[in-house]
Amino acid sequence: MSAVAETIPARSNEWALWFRQIGAIFRLEIEKNFLSRRSILIYLIALLPLFPLSIFALVTPPGREWQDLNHYNMLYAILYNGLILRTVVFFGCAWIFMNLFRGEIVDRSLHYYFLSAVRREVLVVGKYFSGLVTSMILFTGTAVIAMLLLFLPHIYSQSVRFFTAGPGLSHLLTYAGITMLACVGYGAFFLVVGLFVRNPIIPAVLLYFWEWLNFLLPPVLKKVSVIHYLNSLVPVPISEGPFAVVAEPTPAWIAIPSMLGVTILVLILAAYRIRHLEIRYGSD
Amino acid sequence: MSSPDQLIIFDNVSKFYGEILGVNRINLQVAPGITSLVGPNGAGKSTLMNLMTGLLRPTRGSITLLGIPTDQPEQLFRKVGYCTQFDSFPRGVTGREFINSFLIVHGYDRKRANELSQVALERVNLVEAADRKVAAYSKGMRQRIRLAQSIAHEPAVLILDEPLNGLDPMVRAETIALFRRLADEGLHLIISSHILHEVDMMSDRVVLLNNGYIVAEGNIHGVRDEMEEHPMQILIRCDQPAKLASYVFEQNHVVEARLHDDRRGLFVKTRDADRFYLMLNRAVAEGEVSVETVAPVDDDLSAVYQYLIGPSGASA
Repeated sequence: MSAVAETIPARSNEWALWFRQIGAIFRLEIEKNFLSRRSILIYLIALLPLFPLSIFALVTPPGREWQDLNHYNMLYAILYNGLILRTVVFFGCAWIFMNLFRGEIVDRSLHYYFLSAVRREVLVVGKYFSGLVTSMILFTGTAVIAMLLLFLPHIYSQSVRFFTAGPGLSHLLTYAGITMLACVGYGAFFLVVGLFVRNPIIPAVLLYFWEWLNFLLPPVLKKVSVIHYLNSLVPVPISEGPFAVVAEPTPAWIAIPSMLGVTILVLILAAYRIRHLEIRYGSD
Repeated sequence: MSSPDQLIIFDNVSKFYGEILGVNRINLQVAPGITSLVGPNGAGKSTLMNLMTGLLRPTRGSITLLGIPTDQPEQLFRKVGYCTQFDSFPRGVTGREFINSFLIVHGYDRKRANELSQVALERVNLVEAADRKVAAYSKGMRQRIRLAQSIAHEPAVLILDEPLNGLDPMVRAETIALFRRLADEGLHLIISSHILHEVDMMSDRVVLLNNGYIVAEGNIHGVRDEMEEHPMQILIRCDQPAKLASYVFEQNHVVEARLHDDRRGLFVKTRDADRFYLMLNRAVAEGEVSVETVAPVDDDLSAVYQYLIGPSGASA
């Protein structure tokens, strides 16, 4: 009766099959990420910095500093670090990536994947990429639109020169790149948390405080965080206050491969976990 | 003797949920045909099915389906389909999308997935509702769409956890006929059910479970024959039941004979049904009695279930 052998490639073509399966899982998940009821919260998080910036765009405050490009540069650096990176990207990734598996366990629908002829590692990769693309589109979009919304309405001609002839475009692309890297790192962390922990809110909050307290940590401990590597890459460094423990920023050629390396290790851990995961919805 | 790659083999399998026993020391070999798992709630039927499909991992022992270990889903589910009891679906899908999407995850291209979905939908009589959202389906339709999803990739082993739940009598009959056809095509069908007379009707073999242990397995009549502590009950409709009673009392394998309330039949309990039938043939041949009908009274699954497990959980 089985016609599977006709259409599913033999072992020699396993890679082709895996890529096709990753693509299929990716498409299913991306639709869920963008169009399900759960995605409403993601849109709200992504729009969080854009609401106040839209209102701020309508009125330029009085004062000479509001005509100074450097002031906006610093303002955006603070906004990016405090609100976009540490709040929007952090909680957005937490919601997207923790729900990739945990959400399906709550919905009692994960078993359909587990009952398909697909390696569970392939499932991890497909789901992770779907979360990555979703978070990158939304939060990179937020970072870019926020920057344009902050600069253009108030000092239009200076801003146009800044983005076309000055370092503005490079800053914009760097912030976009850091946002993507943050999605890679936080995404992998939250994917694993969603697999190991029944209530992922607690580890998410713990990590949130760890990241916020990073400026107080000794240099060695600073390196055990995502935010340290991301902060090392920002084009406009900001002061972390009088109590901050100063540490040399990690060069980009170390920061980026380190983040990617740790992400791969975390994904291997996720693959191991999913390989041994049992479906016992009652106990979840 | 079937080879291991034609059998489902449980080799000393145990599953514990912490301190709680799921199933214990299960040794079982399942050949093609319909095998029913029967037992009260908590007997271990679903645990056994989830172990068979890798949704659970055994605490001890090993399981192979057609020679494939259960921890290799990429191989296993090319040959196995499982219709679980979980009445839940991915959000927002139509029946057709539900089947299609997981066929594509299996590795089929879109065109072939569409073809297979259509065949599966036709087999469960759900073509007309296929493009409606699953969330709007009745319980019976949801049951059927899950069945369609489990058979869509044309598996050689089909595992069905309470597949007749929620179906109306007409659809139940059609579904049982579908199971029979699939079994006749050479598939392994493992079915769990509470409805004993339906199990009796469709199964080639039964596995009786209680408290996580297998209490009996095999052809239902074979299982009944082996239950020596429960003599077989036979009802003989004849013209002279009292005379037959005195005749059968001479046999040492007959433990009880009782006249039917209408006094036109005799209930006999015997430890050796074969010898009893020989004796009855002799009595008829010698003209002692004229027999109208002979029927075993407790040679079915309900009786075996009552004797081995007790009345709890059974529904005939």
